[in-house]
Amino acid sequence: MRTALDALRARPRLAFALLAALLVALPFLVGAGLGNSWVRVLDFVLLYILLALGLNIVVGYAGLLDLGFIAFYAIGAYVYALLASPHFGLHLPFWAILPISMALAGLFGVLLGTPTLRLRGDYLAIVTLGFHEIIRIFLNNLNAPYNLTNGPQGINLIDPITIGGHALSRPLELFGVTVPSTYLYYYVFLAFTLLVMAVAIRLQDSRLGRAWAALREDEVAAAAMGINTRNVKLLAFAMGATFAGLAGGLFASFQGFVSPESFSLWESFLVLCMIVLGGMGHIPGVILGAALLTVIPEALRYLGDLQRATLGHVVLDPADLRMLLFGIALVIMMIYRPAGLIPSRQRKRELTARDGVAEQEQASLYDAKA
Amino acid sequence: MADLLQVQGVTKRFGGLIALEDVSLSVRDGEIYGLIGPNGAGKTTLFNCMTGLYDLTGGEVRLGGVLLNGLKPHRIVEAGFARTFQNIRLFANMTALENVMVGRHVRTRIGLVGAILRTPRARAEEAAIRDRAVALLDHVGLRGKARTLAGHLSYGDQRRLEIARALATEPRLLALDEPVAGMNPTERRQMADLFQRLRADGLTLLLIEHDVKLVMGLCDRVAVLDYGRKIAEGEPARVRADPAVIAAYLGGEAA
Ligand SMILES: Nc1ncnc2c1ncn2[C@@H]1O[C@H](COP(=O)(O)OP(=O)(O)OP(=O)(O)O)[C@@H](O)[C@H]1O
Ligand SMILES: [Mg+2]
Repeated sequence: MRTALDALRARPRLAFALLAALLVALPFLVGAGLGNSWVRVLDFVLLYILLALGLNIVVGYAGLLDLGFIAFYAIGAYVYALLASPHFGLHLPFWAILPISMALAGLFGVLLGTPTLRLRGDYLAIVTLGFHEIIRIFLNNLNAPYNLTNGPQGINLIDPITIGGHALSRPLELFGVTVPSTYLYYYVFLAFTLLVMAVAIRLQDSRLGRAWAALREDEVAAAAMGINTRNVKLLAFAMGATFAGLAGGLFASFQGFVSPESFSLWESFLVLCMIVLGGMGHIPGVILGAALLTVIPEALRYLGDLQRATLGHVVLDPADLRMLLFGIALVIMMIYRPAGLIPSRQRKRELTARDGVAEQEQASLYDAKA
Repeated sequence: MADLLQVQGVTKRFGGLIALEDVSLSVRDGEIYGLIGPNGAGKTTLFNCMTGLYDLTGGEVRLGGVLLNGLKPHRIVEAGFARTFQNIRLFANMTALENVMVGRHVRTRIGLVGAILRTPRARAEEAAIRDRAVALLDHVGLRGKARTLAGHLSYGDQRRLEIARALATEPRLLALDEPVAGMNPTERRQMADLFQRLRADGLTLLLIEHDVKLVMGLCDRVAVLDYGRKIAEGEPARVRADPAVIAAYLGGEAA
């Protein structure tokens, strides 16, 4: 195994080609091996990777603890739903809507960021939590006096993404092969995920990425070295929200249906868990975290069938069991790998250098704004 | 010579504690100006007031005639005022090079779009940032330490790195808060040489320092703070002989 990996490392072109082939073949492999419902899970893996990459900019890069991230996902999804469904009778094409979803979510990112600029850590987390609930309550209640969101019923019959005249909700006949809808969405989501990954990598490795890292390490020193901490924070919020808006739009078209229920607080926690589990600030870690936390709960569904087969009835509801195992897994992680499964070098040091953190705390108390 | 920095009647109160009271001083273009005084005299507080970390209770600070009061810290850096910290505040988990590169932020432009598209301009700027940072590390004597984590550097090297990071902002005035604290005599001499070189390059230095010998040998003028008030100012030799200064340093017994 190790020698095979080393051989690939020595030949990056070959490794790249193999990876590309694997990504292209993946839905067919998964579909053949596990059934088509698992390709749907694969699609959700990609959506969650998009979300996790977005939240990673806010939490992982800039160090701003955001517990309301799914609000931006909801905004992106509803923008898509309103502009491509019978609700208003609008049917704009996806390439026109997605930029609007992203822009509006980004704008809300700035809107949330502005009043929270002075807050840090726990306080920021609480405000973002509140923001999430506000958005959800609005979505639930904006059906009267004017019916904007259709309330708890949500919006139905959202147009699928249509490329070259083919709606992705229908299977595609290609060279005698029938490619199901979930496979088609997989490729679209994959393309967006790769794009967003490239953006995230480039941002991290730029003047702005350094400013975010400096902000995370020591806000006072960053300001005293000439960084406009306000703008840099707002940019982090806006970028993260933009990614979430994109994911939201894709989600709406894929599901064909949105309602406030899809955007519960639990989802916000879940995405945060993904980046914490995988390794905050480190893109491979973030991707692994998103993949694991999407796939594992799905796999645990089989526990219900297993109980029925062996015991004749379900003793432990798999949904409850999932939560339990999830909690245990996170606790174990925090004890043994606090920086995540594949942590970034910098983050790992931040979390392991105990004296350093204590010192910095002291320093920021002393030099903080009077 | 013209005054580069003018501090006029600066007062800073923390609740009931008066940390600075009506402090006025001016630093001339191209000089090395020393700020001394016993522990708790208010030296660091004055730095924090000048660099926008604290709001002033009263008074004015001007750099090259530009009023700094009320400006955000990054604006003050932009105006040409850079500083180091007494209790070192490096970005400990970033490399030495990255720390200095952060200092270039204020003099560079590339934003979101440039970073995402990696335009030729963005790449050229990034290369220039890196080159400048490497040169500055060399300049302060940290050649070969570029890839070391700031937090892993020796104490003396951390102080040097803080200076390099501050220099990266292209200041007119460099304010150093006890830059040789914790260094041995050899290192202190090297640092004094560095300060001379910086001055020769056209920089103005404001220096907080407890090492009287270093201050006397290096500074053109010094001011003495005691309990938040300026009790003396002038050439080092004269200030040293000032009875008020002697009393302040020897404490209550001599007064
Ligand atoms: N943020 C703050 N809040 C309350 N009091 C403060 C604050 N910062 C400084 N002080 C007080 O102001 C006074 C001056 O402190 P300062 O740190 O400026 O002294 P200093 O001259 O730099 O001393 P040292 O030589 O020990 O560094 C001290 O009494 C200190 O306790
Ligand atoms: Mg001090």
